[in-house]
Amino acid sequence: MAANETTAAAMTSPRDSEAIAARDRAAEYLVSRHRYRWAEALPWLACIAVFFLFPDRLTFGSQVLVMVLFALSLDLILGYAGIVTLGHAAFFGIGAYTVGLGAAKFGWTEPVSGLFAAFVVASIAGFITGWFLLRYRGLTLLMLTLATAIMMQEAGNLRSDLSGGYDGLPGLVFDPLLGRFDYDLYGHTNYVYALVVLAVVFYFVRRIVYSPFGQALTGIRENVRRMHAIGSPVHWRLVTVYTIAAGIAGIAGALFTQTNAYVTLTVFDFENSAKVMVMLILGGTGRLYGAFLGAAVYMVLEDYFSKLSPTFWQFGIGLLLVLAVLFARRGVLGLFEQAGAYFGKDKNLDKNLDKNKGTKP
Amino acid sequence: MTAALQVQNLNRSFGALNVTRDVTMSLERGARCALIGPNGAGKTTLVNLITGVLKPSSGTVLLNGVDITTSSQATRARGGLARTFQINQLFRGLSVLENICMAIGERDGENSNMWRSAGAKRSVIDEALDHLDSLRLVDDALRLVRELPYGRQRLVEIAIALAQKPRVLLLDEPAAGVPSSESHLILDVVANLDPDIAVLIIEHDMDVVFRFAREIIVLVQGAVFTQGTPKEIMSNEDVRAVYLGQEGHDAVQRGGGHV
Repeated sequence: MAANETTAAAMTSPRDSEAIAARDRAAEYLVSRHRYRWAEALPWLACIAVFFLFPDRLTFGSQVLVMVLFALSLDLILGYAGIVTLGHAAFFGIGAYTVGLGAAKFGWTEPVSGLFAAFVVASIAGFITGWFLLRYRGLTLLMLTLATAIMMQEAGNLRSDLSGGYDGLPGLVFDPLLGRFDYDLYGHTNYVYALVVLAVVFYFVRRIVYSPFGQALTGIRENVRRMHAIGSPVHWRLVTVYTIAAGIAGIAGALFTQTNAYVTLTVFDFENSAKVMVMLILGGTGRLYGAFLGAAVYMVLEDYFSKLSPTFWQFGIGLLLVLAVLFARRGVLGLFEQAGAYFGKDKNLDKNLDKNKGTKP
Repeated sequence: MTAALQVQNLNRSFGALNVTRDVTMSLERGARCALIGPNGAGKTTLVNLITGVLKPSSGTVLLNGVDITTSSQATRARGGLARTFQINQLFRGLSVLENICMAIGERDGENSNMWRSAGAKRSVIDEALDHLDSLRLVDDALRLVRELPYGRQRLVEIAIALAQKPRVLLLDEPAAGVPSSESHLILDVVANLDPDIAVLIIEHDMDVVFRFAREIIVLVQGAVFTQGTPKEIMSNEDVRAVYLGQEGHDAVQRGGGHV
């Protein structure tokens, strides 16, 4: 049957060369879509530049990187699969406490293996809750995920003998990184550590996003009824990505505990879940680098405003959000993309123009 | 030989309302069957029962002799059952080509792969382009679906179903909402479908039905009113009364409404 189709395609001879050119253009677009573009180096170069330009602000810098990682995990489920959740902090918190409890109660102070443990534990939690919750969508899911995070927090509160409650587990001590690099007062080691972890996780997330699986997630976001109709195991796909995202959020939480050397139950706060979502939307959802921009812009401004006015700093953040919703519906990254399309030569645009010329009667 | 699709004594009710009543029908391989009936006769409900969107209250559905009554939509789709929707259900934010690749990827199980890039399998892209070629959609391959005129979107709707390489294809009013100047494009595609595929088409346009179908099932108030060849249906006085009469009445009303 496939042979028949190809011969049929070959027989449409009058517009042969044009048709073949159109086919090649289309195929080329899909084939090359996942390749790295030069602009993608920018955020990473910026992260490296910060290391040299602001050597005394690297503790803050590593906190930004942790939030970038957290926002990235949310992007995977919100931006790509379209799962809205207000309980993503649950997994951040589980990761944070896996490492915290490990160090405080069991003497597990090796940092890198701690990250793996946090990934595994948070993934398991993501799998179990995801299996039950991802049958629902929209507002119902929003409430259920919110409830999950609150239940985790209350469970921690109930066993405050273990978790340390809202006073937390202070003064955690971790082994030097890889047995060699000790932590310094200015956070140089932590910054590099967080950046390397972020880069590694980012590589995996990027592969997933551009894989057929990532495409299927986009399909679920775009039209779940159609996905069912073409035979996609939708629930299974959602549970899979939710598990992965939970694991990554767990890594972010573990990094948070390790770089701060303390953890309290506030990691489970609703505010934490909401903040990461705001960051992602501010930066731009479903585009990977939105997590970078959103977390960086949000945290730098939060830092700046809170110094400017310790009581009213949230007004500044609120104003920013209103502006973003009014003028940058696709996030800060969307603004950049628009500017790029306006000033630069957008390849796809050119192709479309060429194509229109070709098909005009 | 087992029929491609068999429906036996299918029932479904919403509360006290019986929308599908004891429907029995079968499609042989290569069948060209039209499902007609007045508005609210339960045509789309029947399609939803066959594809698994809805679960029947009782009765069985067999696909190639296999009982799929309790199977999920996805299992049925992978077993060779494809459908189009009365109202477009497309990935509007994706390109036409990606829409087709999605169906091929799910059909072949490719979409479980998390590691290689989506564009790495050239065979998938080529097959998708072949499908687009046969529907003359290649020029639009890179355009987002939401940018296409509605008539072209209807073609994409059919292209996705065909990319599943179905053995049974259910077309729910494929030309609905398309201006009559363009509907012939869609009806040509329908007329030239692979002769091996068993096709069930829901359609209101009687010209299309009589041209396309070799068998017609008339559904009235959820039950099979009668079935037969186009000739038999055309000459059946009862059908004229309940359906064609109704249609004429509707046409008058529509005409009045537009003026």
